[in-house]
Amino acid sequence: MTTTLDAAGRRALIETAAAAVIARADELTALDQAIGDGDHGLNMKRGFEAVLADLDAIAAKPLPEGLKQIGTTMVMKVGGASGPLYGTLFLQLGKSLAELAPDAVPSRAALAAALEAAIVAVKARGKSEVGQKTLLDVLAPVQAALADGADAVALATRAHEAAVATVPMKAIRGRASFLGDRSIGHMDPGARSSEILITALAGMAAGDHGAAA
Amino acid sequence: MNDKVGIVIVSHSPDVAKGAADMVRQMVGNEVPLAFTGGDPGGGLGTSVETILAAIDRAWSEKGVAILVDLGGAETNSEMAIEMLPEDRQGRVVVCNAPIVEGAVMAATEAWGGATLDEVRRTAEELSPA
Repeated sequence: MTTTLDAAGRRALIETAAAAVIARADELTALDQAIGDGDHGLNMKRGFEAVLADLDAIAAKPLPEGLKQIGTTMVMKVGGASGPLYGTLFLQLGKSLAELAPDAVPSRAALAAALEAAIVAVKARGKSEVGQKTLLDVLAPVQAALADGADAVALATRAHEAAVATVPMKAIRGRASFLGDRSIGHMDPGARSSEILITALAGMAAGDHGAAA
Repeated sequence: MNDKVGIVIVSHSPDVAKGAADMVRQMVGNEVPLAFTGGDPGGGLGTSVETILAAIDRAWSEKGVAILVDLGGAETNSEMAIEMLPEDRQGRVVVCNAPIVEGAVMAATEAWGGATLDEVRRTAEELSPA
């Protein structure tokens, strides 16, 4: 277990997460065409490409500040409802980790608390709760697993199970809600993009800091 | 100019936003500060916090600004934009829970008569089923 997360490590984390989402943009768009307006993949790709365009500046900042800049970039560049939702998530993660020492790796407790606060903020932003076929249905169980001491592999597994569990749910929020029962039977695109992000980050944590090397 | 509440129209479609604004102009005239925006940052259908902020600025009035939106993302992005305003402006911008075209015309009519932001909002929201 490494104890530092320097600019190179932060850079690798951001690149990995962004690349994972960008690589699956078509899949996210296909999911969104089934139950939304078909722009989730394109929107997320645009957001993370904008993050990568500022990669050096973001990685050079302390983690909390970098997270806030990622959040602002997502808000400004994504466009769809996912912009404010993911933007709020990253902004609140940054705010919650404000006390983190420079280049320190946040503790499990600090991460779990930050993610919990971020979930509360996303709920408020989307006027949504767990169980309504949204990204919250992945974020909340992963946060619970994190707080419970799950390792990186278990977190990725939990994220996948949670995304799959959105398939039989009925959408209450967003455009998918207009479909009513017809939203049942499709995975929620926001749940899937959250799974992709968590899996990418967990993969780096499990591979332990080859990234930081 | 600034003695009337401003109106901002936010649609996923630039054409819808412009069309709604055209109707407001024709039915209410040019005395109400009015701005519209539509389309995502990539030029497709969607909404953009950046252009919503700019629209609020164009329609700014010391009496406040009422925003009319179409679908979910437009509302979420408008609320995000409000939070990113300077603090002294945040409390003077509201998103109306009303149909975008009818709401914009009603809100602008009320604003033209010199109503407060709260009155403008309530008039637009009378169009929504309780």
